[in-house]
Order: sequence, then structure tokens, then C-alpha cells
Amino acid sequence: MSNMVGDFGTTGNVSRLSLLATFSIATGNAPPLTRARDLPGFGGSTSFVHRSTSPIPSSGRPSIVPRVGLFIPCYIDQMYPDVGFATVEVLERLGVTVEFPEAQTCCGQPMANTGCTEAAAPLARRFVEIFEPYDAVVCPSGSCVAMVRAHYHEYFHHDPRYDALRPKVFELCEYLVDVLKVDKLPVRFPHKVGLHQSCHGLRELRLGSSSETIVAPFNKAKQLLELIDGLELVDPARPDECCGFGGTFAVSEEAVSCLMGHDRIADHLQAGAEVMTATDMSCLMHLDGLIRRDKQPLRCMHIAELLAGRPV
Amino acid sequence: MTGHPTRAAEFIALPQRAAWHDQSLWFVRAKRDKAAKAIPEWESLRDAAAAIKAHTVANLADYLEEFERNAKKLGAVVHWARDAAEHNAIVLKILSDHNVKRVVKSKSMLTEECHLNPHLEAAGIEVVDTDLGERIVQLANERPSHIVLPCIHKKKEEIGELFHEHLGTDAGASDPQYLTEAARGHLRDRFLKAGAGLTGVNFAIAETGGFVVCTNEGNADLGVSLPPIHIACMGIEKLIPKAAELGVFLRLLARSATGQAITTYSSHFHGPRAGCELHIVLVDNGRSTVLGQDDFRRSLNCIRCGACMNTCPVYRRSGGHSYNATVPGPIGSILEPARDPAKHASLPHACSLCGSCSDVCPVKINIHEQLLIWRRELVKKGLLPLTKRWAMSIGSAVLQRPWLYQMVGGMGRMALKLLPRFLVYSRLNPWGKQRELPTPPKQSFRDQFKARHGK
Amino acid sequence: MASSRDAILATVRAAKVPQAARPEPFRAGIRYADPLKQFGESLAAVGGKMIVAPDADSARAQLLENPLLVPGKKNCSLLPEIIAPTFSLDDIADPHEVEDVWLAVLPGEFAVAENAAVWFSGRRLKHRVVPFITQHLVLVVPRDQVVNNMHEAYDRLKFGTVEFGVFISGPSKTADIEQSLVIGAHGARSLSVVMLG
Repeated sequence: MSNMVGDFGTTGNVSRLSLLATFSIATGNAPPLTRARDLPGFGGSTSFVHRSTSPIPSSGRPSIVPRVGLFIPCYIDQMYPDVGFATVEVLERLGVTVEFPEAQTCCGQPMANTGCTEAAAPLARRFVEIFEPYDAVVCPSGSCVAMVRAHYHEYFHHDPRYDALRPKVFELCEYLVDVLKVDKLPVRFPHKVGLHQSCHGLRELRLGSSSETIVAPFNKAKQLLELIDGLELVDPARPDECCGFGGTFAVSEEAVSCLMGHDRIADHLQAGAEVMTATDMSCLMHLDGLIRRDKQPLRCMHIAELLAGRPV
Repeated sequence: MTGHPTRAAEFIALPQRAAWHDQSLWFVRAKRDKAAKAIPEWESLRDAAAAIKAHTVANLADYLEEFERNAKKLGAVVHWARDAAEHNAIVLKILSDHNVKRVVKSKSMLTEECHLNPHLEAAGIEVVDTDLGERIVQLANERPSHIVLPCIHKKKEEIGELFHEHLGTDAGASDPQYLTEAARGHLRDRFLKAGAGLTGVNFAIAETGGFVVCTNEGNADLGVSLPPIHIACMGIEKLIPKAAELGVFLRLLARSATGQAITTYSSHFHGPRAGCELHIVLVDNGRSTVLGQDDFRRSLNCIRCGACMNTCPVYRRSGGHSYNATVPGPIGSILEPARDPAKHASLPHACSLCGSCSDVCPVKINIHEQLLIWRRELVKKGLLPLTKRWAMSIGSAVLQRPWLYQMVGGMGRMALKLLPRFLVYSRLNPWGKQRELPTPPKQSFRDQFKARHGK
Repeated sequence: MASSRDAILATVRAAKVPQAARPEPFRAGIRYADPLKQFGESLAAVGGKMIVAPDADSARAQLLENPLLVPGKKNCSLLPEIIAPTFSLDDIADPHEVEDVWLAVLPGEFAVAENAAVWFSGRRLKHRVVPFITQHLVLVVPRDQVVNNMHEAYDRLKFGTVEFGVFISGPSKTADIEQSLVIGAHGARSLSVVMLG
């Protein structure tokens, strides 16, 4: 569809991870919250790199345990730790054990989006070094994943290390939908929820179809939210308008940024939302800042928190 | 940063006006969506348009020569202008040679780009913009705030006052039907008195030597069908190889621009009227330089539909004039810095990088990516404020050292907790002007993760 | 010094743009089960009126139901069997003299269903200003000459001689004042398309 999107997704590697999820549930490592789809067996060689293998005892069959690295954006690490833990919980319940490489800090997006390539480059190189040992990297931020997948070319001209890592970096929702093929989420959230479609996830990762493109509609975040018991999705009048965060834009264009945010909030309120959610905490940080200042009756929660079954 | 943010803040200072402007343009965007959805093959049409443009610019010199050859065969006079000054001089000379004192002009962003009107006016020639919206901004002594809807920023009451003053309409009258009728009468007179008609060009066809001009009002056709001289001004990127390819572009243009299936008039000019003259001015004015830039070449695909403006959440809320540019909005923020990076240094940053413009663009220009690349160019040219560059360098230095990052993060959270509100929400903190900062947690994710996982 | 022409062409050639093949002609244009019906709907949507008439008499009768089109003012017509002209355009030397034409009746070659465009060629018209300067315009198209889309339209068009041609879709209009649609900006205030036959 778009050349901004890489050719990753439901390839052979998918089944192996899903299989693992099934097995893990069977072993009782995690509450049996979901059932992965029927899976094809192992076969053929895939792009997945098997660095650590371990047998799964209860199955009696040797399995390959992919190493999943957790990529927690710097501002989530520092300001929203629970979004990180919600991510860990969602994944662990699905049988995925994650590692958090402590050397990680930031993907370099703030520098890159300001045009400061030289300041961003060492962070991009670090990112690849830190995460290349993993079979998959999962991150609760579409924007940071978009930075890695859609904008790192600038720093790695045909570098095989980056080319190998690139298709293995996933935003949380696309990992759940495309790789784990989650089709059940027995958590409850009896509230009216407005999904704010964070732009980079939407238009650079194609987590959903944007309202501008004339394609069959799809939306991975929505697909997951619809699995949550009691959750009622509301439809804002403008389905995917930007909230106005935009990184340094939020500060350098303060007036426009805040007006954009106010407009999104008003739209979600008129649609009847009690909770606004998104695949990016950065959008929500901006929106929540406006909501709290104006004392609006709206809560902001990251989608990982809803998927993990956090209460309001 | 001065520039766009300051002018945008001025526009937003009248919140009702900004909301009205936003809604007017969103309405156009919604019409575009409806029109595009009526065409199941929309996305493949966009692909086709982009492919035709890529092929054309790869062979542009050949197509320009072919166009010139065929246009001359049909009896047109073809002129070449390297820059705006040469373009203006050529037009003035044609008019002076025929002792023309009154010119009617239909919409042409190129002549705006070249600032043709003041050049002709200085030589004592009356230039009347005949597109209703352009006539309105001309009377108001402003520039168009949008390339398709030149006076979208103006309320009908303001237009009523303007017409009362200049056209003698009733005081206080602001009914669009009434005002349009008044303009019709006023401009008919100008059409009948004009000694030459000027138009832009939407598409020029190499294979035939002809060109197409699209309007809804019929002003281009009236303007060039009465006087004996037609001058058509076009950028060299307006070329397409074959007439059949007009099908692709005409289907995209109006649907993207206003949500119409096609403009009312799509006029195909091949040669002059009997006994009359047709002059075609081919203008470079920086386009051949952009052609040589891999990162920005695709901006030459632009067919000036304005869809990126209608969809841009920043443009809609900051108004076209906040860009202080001939072409405002997303595509203008690429085209204008190419001409004068220092003057337009704030434009590539007048963007939240939402990418809506790239998705809406009928010729698939990667607009938001080019804006990002422009930000890098600005740093290279030393046009990003030093404070910002330092901040980014320091940020990078911290983020390359996990221990330092952890320490700074911890100190930041602590400071947010301990500092009194008036210090945190001071004037030095634009974030806090209308927004609260997040409530800092005691511990970072990594601290807690380590504790929980016993590592 | 090199001419501007040569200088521009030299810079353009020096740009060394990567080669890209010319795409195949676009063939995937939308098609309609009933193009005539679609044309009528498209035309109504742009403020025009379709009149289906088996013959000239029927066309005239239906046109005259619109009081604006009643002849008696200055009519320019290339289809006298439908509406008689009140003057001969060929006798007029200066196009400014047709300023006061009230009604023009002109032949359209074919119509396009997707967008209500009618192709009018100026070949037989001495003054090309007529369809634009007239207050009301009637285009008469053979009923079986309706194509689905613009790709099919251009398949029918051949250029290469000195000629003016225009796709006309509806009456002249503007929405420049607060997006309010006003019919009759500079050109014709009304457009009727007769589908004849």
C-alpha cells in the first residue's frame, strides 16, 4: 500500500511466536487469557534468528524461544512507568517473556525531528547495537517504532545490521495482532472510549487505514479494543486528526499545538468518550496536560493499560 | 522562534475566527473524501499520476523541446525565462509591443511567485485578477491565503465592505449571491476592455504543443477569447507527455481540490485564435535546481490542488497568511525555503509531522518527509536557532550515557515534585502555558523493572 | 552568452534524474451500468439539467419549458432545427459584439458520465467566446455518445491542429465567498444538456 511500510508482518516467523504463546499458556506460566489461532508447524527457513533455544517441558517437544526485547521510550521510562508495566503484563499473559536491555535510552527522534542528524546518529547506532541480539523488539509507541523503521535509513545506508533489525521492531498493537494473532482478551473495561489515532503509528506504520486513503478500512488498535469486555468505542467526528503534540512542535508552535489538542478533546467529548486512549503516550501527555488544566471530564490512558485490564 | 509561530499565534488570538477557518477548510477536505471515495480506483490513479510525473521529469528536457516544437507548429510564440525577473520582462515586452494598457488575468500561482502584477503596474498597466477570490484579495491589497481558495480567510461581511468601497454595492450587504453578481458585472466590463488576457497553465502536453487551463468561473476563457493576445505563463514542471494522460490528472485535480468531479471548464488551447497571438512563457525560476535534488525532486509533481492545505491541521488553524509565502501550507513549506531558506526557515517546523498531507496528495508527494529533510537542511545551513541545536546536542550526550540519563531523569522528576508551581509554570516554560506537566512517579520504569525482576 | 532556452535545457539535462518508464495507459477507469443515467445525476449535482429528447421538436419543446430559455432575446445557435439563431455569428468580426448574447445552442461531441463533462470543439464556432459569454448555454449531444470516464474521453480526442476545445461540466460557478456556492460567476448562468436521439 505505502512504501513507508516495510514488508514485515505475517510471515513465517509469526507462527513460531504464536506457537510459543500457545505452549506457554499450556505450561501454566501465564493465566490462560487467550487462545492463539491454530498454527502451522515449523517449517522452512525464516528470517527469525534463533539465538537462544530452550525446550518447553510440558509439550515434550523442543521449541525455540524467541528473545523479545522490550523497547521503552525514554519519556515512558521516566514519567509513565506503569505504561511500561502494562506492556510487560499484556505480553507475559500471552506467554511472551520480555527482556529489558538496560543500556537503552532513546531512539533519537527528538533530535532527528529537529533536523539535528548528528545528535541523533549516535543514538540510532546505540539502538541497533542494543537491540540486534533480539528476535523481536516490542515497544508501546508507534512514533518511536516509526522512527526506527521509517527514518533510520538516514543513519544506516544499506547497513546489514540495521536491515536485519528493522523488520523485527514492532509497535505493541501490531505485535499482538500480526504476530501473536490475539483474538481474545478477557479483560473488562466498562467505559466509553475514544481512540485517538496517533499519526506516526497510523500513517507511517499503517496500524490502520488513514481517512485520506481510499482502501478497505482496517485498524489494529481498534481490533484489540473491540476484544475488551464492556468497552464501548465512540466515534469522534474527525477520525484521525493530529492532536498537535508533534515533539518540539508542542513547544515551538505552542498556540497551534494547544488549539489542535483542544479541538481533539472537544471532539472526543462530544462523541461521549469518558476515556481517551492512544498507541502513543506522547500524544496523551499533551492531551492530558490540557484536560487537567481545563478540568475536563476525560481521562487519558495508554492502550497498553486498557489491554492489561487496568481500571480507570 | 519568530516567523510562523508568531503569526500563527496572532491568528489564533481570535479563537472564533480560527475555529471558523478550520471548519471551512475541513468541510472542503470532507468533500474531497467523498469525491475520492466515489472512485474505487483512486489509489491506482494516484500511483499512475506519480509515475507519469516521475517519467516526465526524468525526460524533461526532451519533453520541453517537443512541446516547444509542436506549440510553434500550431502558431504559438514560445518564450523561455530563467527567473522571475526575466519572466516579468518578457510579459511586459509583449504588452508594450502591442501598446496594451489593460490586462485581465486568471489564476496563476506562477505569476504570484514572480510578483508580476507590481511589475506591470509600475509600467502603467492595469492588471485585473478575474478569479473572484483573487479579485477580492487584490482589492484588499492582500495576497491569496490559499492557492485554490484565495480569500478563504475572509468573512463575507468584510468582502461586503470591500465591495461597497470599490464596486459601490449596498452598505452592509454581505449575501454571497449578491456580491458575486456585483463582481460579475464589474469584471464583465474589465473583460470587454482588456487588451490582453493572461492565464496560468494546469497541464501542457508535449505531444501536441497544447495546454489545459481549468477554472470554475469561466474567467480564463472570457479573458483570452475577447482580446487579441493570450499570454500563458507556466513553470517547466507543468508538462506531461501525452494528451491521454490528462485523463489521469483531470480526474485527480478537482476532486482533490474542492471535491468536484471536474472543474466547470477544462479548456484545451492549441494555437492562437485566427488573427490573434498566443504567447507561452516557460519559466524555470529554481525548478531545474530542485530537479537535481533527489530529496526534493518529487515536489515538482505538484499540480497545485491545495488538498494538503485543506487537510493540514496547522494550516487550518493558523491561516494562509501566517506562512508569509506565495504558496502557503505543507507544499509551500517545501517550495518556499527552496527559494529563500533564511526567510522561510520557520516553515518546515510549522508542521506536527502528522503525514496527512502525504496521504491526501493526488500525485503522492512525500510532503511530510520532505519537510523533515528540510529541517536537516536548515541545520546544515546554520538556520536552526543555536539554543535548539545546543539543547539537542546536550540531550544526545546525556542519552548516550545510560547512567547520566538515569541521573538526569531522576533529578528532573525530583525537581518537578519539589519546585513550587510558579517556578515550574513560569514564562520560560511554553509547555505549561495552557497545559499541565505530567505528575512525576517516584521511580522510573527501569528502576522498578530491576526491582521486580530481581536483576 | 547562451540563450535562456539553452541555459534552462542545459540545467535540466545536467540534473541527471534517474530514468523512470512511462506507465502504461490507465485502463482501470470506473464504468457504469447506465452511463446516460449517471451523466444525468452527475450533471444535476453540478447544477445543470439533462433533457432527453428523441428529436429536435421534443428538444425545443422541453427547452422552452424553462422561461429563461425563451427566444426573443439575442440567440446564437449552431442548431437552428432546435432553436433558431437571431443573428449570424459568421457575419460578426469582433467578438466583443456578442457580449449581449442571451442564449447559445451549441453541439457537444460527447458526454462523460463520471463528471458531467461535455466535450465542445470550437471547430465550427467562429468566436470561441460564445459558450462563455452567453447568459444561458444549451449543449446538444447525440444520446448514444456517452462515455464512462475521462480515460475513454481522451481515447476519442485527437489533437494536433489549431483548435480550441473545452470540457464543460455544469454552469459557471464560484464558492469563493465563504464556500457558498453561487451559480453564474462569469460564464453561463445555466446549462442544459440535450441528449438527442
